[in-house]
Amino acid sequence: MTEKAGNALELSDLSVAYRVAGRNRAVLRNLNLTIGQGEAYGLVGESGCGKSTVALSVVRYLPRNGSITGGAISLDGQDVMKLDGEALRRARAESVSMVYQDPGKALNPSLRIGRQLTEIFELGGIAGQAATDRAIAMLNRVRISDPASVMQRYPHQLSGGMQQRVAIAMALANDPTMLILDEPTTGLDATVEAEVLDLIALLRQELSASILFISHNLAVVSKMCDRVGVLYAGMLVEEGSTQDVFNDPRHPYTVALLRCLPRGGQRKDQGRLDTIPGFLPGIGADIKGCAFADRCALATDRCRSELPPLYDLGGRLSRCHYHEQAQALPRATPSDVAAVAKAKSEPVLHVEGLNKTYASHGHALRAVKDVSVSLRPGETLGLVGESGSGKTTFARLLLGLVPPDEGGSIRLEGKVLAPRLDNRTDDQIKAMQIVFQNPDSALNRSHSIRHLISRALKRLAGLRGAALQARLDELIRSVRLTDRHLAVKPRQLSGGLKQRVAIARAFAGEPRIVVCDEPTSALDVSVQAAILNLLADLQSKEDVSYIFISHDLGVVRYLSDQIAVLYLGRIMELGPSEAVFSGPHHPYTEALLSAVPKLDQTETSRIRLDGEIPSATHPPPGCVFQTRCPRKIGAICETQEPPLAEAEPGHSIRCHIPYAELARLQKPAMQAEPA
Amino acid sequence: MSATDSPAGMPAPDNAGRRGPMAEVFFSLLRSGTFLTGLGIVLFWIACALFGEHFVPYDPLADDIINALAPPSAEHWFGTDQIGRDVFSRVIVGSRDILTVAPLATLLATVAGTALGLFTGYFRGIVDDIISRILEAFMAIPVVIVALLAIVALGTSKTTVIVVIGLSFAPIIARTVRSAVLAERELDYVAAAQLRHESAFHTMFVEILPNVIPPILVETTVRLGYAIFAVATLSFMGFGIQPPSPDWGLSISSNYGMIGGGFWWTVLFDALAIATLVIGVNLAADGVHGAFND
Repeated sequence: MTEKAGNALELSDLSVAYRVAGRNRAVLRNLNLTIGQGEAYGLVGESGCGKSTVALSVVRYLPRNGSITGGAISLDGQDVMKLDGEALRRARAESVSMVYQDPGKALNPSLRIGRQLTEIFELGGIAGQAATDRAIAMLNRVRISDPASVMQRYPHQLSGGMQQRVAIAMALANDPTMLILDEPTTGLDATVEAEVLDLIALLRQELSASILFISHNLAVVSKMCDRVGVLYAGMLVEEGSTQDVFNDPRHPYTVALLRCLPRGGQRKDQGRLDTIPGFLPGIGADIKGCAFADRCALATDRCRSELPPLYDLGGRLSRCHYHEQAQALPRATPSDVAAVAKAKSEPVLHVEGLNKTYASHGHALRAVKDVSVSLRPGETLGLVGESGSGKTTFARLLLGLVPPDEGGSIRLEGKVLAPRLDNRTDDQIKAMQIVFQNPDSALNRSHSIRHLISRALKRLAGLRGAALQARLDELIRSVRLTDRHLAVKPRQLSGGLKQRVAIARAFAGEPRIVVCDEPTSALDVSVQAAILNLLADLQSKEDVSYIFISHDLGVVRYLSDQIAVLYLGRIMELGPSEAVFSGPHHPYTEALLSAVPKLDQTETSRIRLDGEIPSATHPPPGCVFQTRCPRKIGAICETQEPPLAEAEPGHSIRCHIPYAELARLQKPAMQAEPA
Repeated sequence: MSATDSPAGMPAPDNAGRRGPMAEVFFSLLRSGTFLTGLGIVLFWIACALFGEHFVPYDPLADDIINALAPPSAEHWFGTDQIGRDVFSRVIVGSRDILTVAPLATLLATVAGTALGLFTGYFRGIVDDIISRILEAFMAIPVVIVALLAIVALGTSKTTVIVVIGLSFAPIIARTVRSAVLAERELDYVAAAQLRHESAFHTMFVEILPNVIPPILVETTVRLGYAIFAVATLSFMGFGIQPPSPDWGLSISSNYGMIGGGFWWTVLFDALAIATLVIGVNLAADGVHGAFND
């Protein structure tokens, strides 16, 4: 890929510091990085390691308290540090483009898409109809099917995927030589993410631009990039071709990061995920020796005193004294779990025909339609589906936060639950608790951790005084917090620790069922692994059942015994986790699985869903999935809604295609995918 | 516990170099020139109200008909009024009544407004609709009319002024609190409280209230400026603070007929006093607003 004709981007010994509380704190430390012409370079690392700072430094767009304290940046042979105001503006306008994580914030909400796009051409001296034509051509290029009408719309009238396409179109409008993508798909659904990634891959073939691709998602980077650099505490710790780094890592940090991901269909009863102990050094921390030494089980005294150089291992680099042993890194978390023999017992939760209809502008919005599931003690029901599929509404119905329509029933341990929270007994309320997605919203920021958990113990467990204190100690230890975390307010804790507090609070009343609504989606992979282990441990200890909502299929698969796939509020497929994942599955499940970028395979047979999930106010007639279904068989799909039919014992699929036929159609894909 | 990621590996909660949000606001106020200037002016008038009577050259209430309407001079720095009272002494101690009535009225408005705002924002729906419409109707009536009615009904007293201004301002504070509560209401910690069967009272006052303190503080300081102005206006019109208080509004009211005769000093200094106090409070309010919205 790399041509020898000069590099698109060269960072040499780049150091960047942020001034916090009157002191310069190093964020990037002597970073060397080269991106060749036409190359796609991936930068990975946990949050706080300096990935975005790299992107901002390239165009000298650091926040006001940030400054480049040393080194040089060369863009297409041009020294960025030496550019004056006007030249810098031209470089930003002509040769570099950026696409950010949240397209909703990158687009101006009060200007039409057309105006925002043509503006870029006007800056380049093209105006009027010519600019409009170019803008339409640009939208065509990012595969927007009806560009003329999109030009007339405002950003909020487009879906997230469409917005990101527009943002990419804007970035490509001036035909940049360098394209910086900073977590471009992080906020998107898996199916939309797949589309956007496909688009970027396709555009790469058409354009000459070099790409700096920043992501915390290793699988995405492995799919998109030629070479990859692993950033840790502002230093490059490993660099090499994507193949080499991900399949044969030579730095303990990379090894550990890769082990945190549930891979190859790993499940909770097969072992715990590995974690990375400790935490990333804070910004500006004084680092002697290897930055990762404190968290590395292989570290010796040499690692703690002597900064390892970037050892050249023949076309790849590793900043580890013991790079040849890196893969021998012992697990931080023992894998083995005590095998739990599950007695077949009565369901703890039985939901029958649950519906929820909202009135939306005179139309009925069926957020949840005719959902029936049951859950046994100590088991996990995974809920998957794109956003808008009704996962969270279903969870809120169960909890009584939102009353369901008349007719359905929710039974907890055989007793029918009142639809409204106010009418449920204290025992029923404490039996079903929730861990919310965003701990910043779920934990009251005015209260100390002690107050947050004590209050839950008081209300849910009815404890007072010494008994409360004893249970509090036990509870915080079971989520692996310590006494010193009790005195602080939530904002003083990291995301992972906050989520532990939320879990402790949910477990205060010894619940029978805990709803986990995307509990790890805001967390780094190493923290996610620790939280998933914690949930799995608590489950085997307390025999609690989970309803686990996540868009990350790997995570759902790890924790779930049963899976329900939701689409437009309906269950499309329901069955044991293994059966749903290994197939034959519903075409929608098939598409969801196919959309997930995977680390351990280079290319799969790809099924892509066109367009967006239809509006729930106007669901398509017949099978609701027929408008996007890659395996649609004909008129019957458009006229008749298929029933949720049991294909195998315990495994139901809502599809007109017979089970055997699905098995035949999906056979090649199923073989390619290790179960 | 089979698997462990050791608690020992966790960092101590980050206390060093970080202050609580309220402390942050406090330090930012100390750096704000606007706030400090405003605070200086207000403190000056408070000091005058508290200790002024011990330092003023004359008894602010003592008349001296022979020296009536004397222009500013070495003996009477700000001159004398129509019955010979020393204007300087009267201006210095004239802040006493306004500085008790206006803050108390603001306090009443804040307490009532916060309660109403929490109530309407928390319950939403029909409760909110009814109360909000009533409050809006209330806001449409000018303070002076309410004051007139109240005085007819209750008679003139400081209490009447406090109640009238407090209740007139309460809907405005209620509106601010309500919108802040509506935003908080959507956060998951409120759902978490419901899932503990907390009472509405607990959720409103223990869970939500601490998080809406910043907008309440800002609104209160802004309202204090308006309250001072309102008290001065009511006193000027005769519905507020009553004679023989040396109150500024009252002094202007009893002397403004003299301006035509060229006796400007009987009115000017009281007017300037009101102006400086209002400006001082507004500067402080600006500073508070800035500190919370950085």
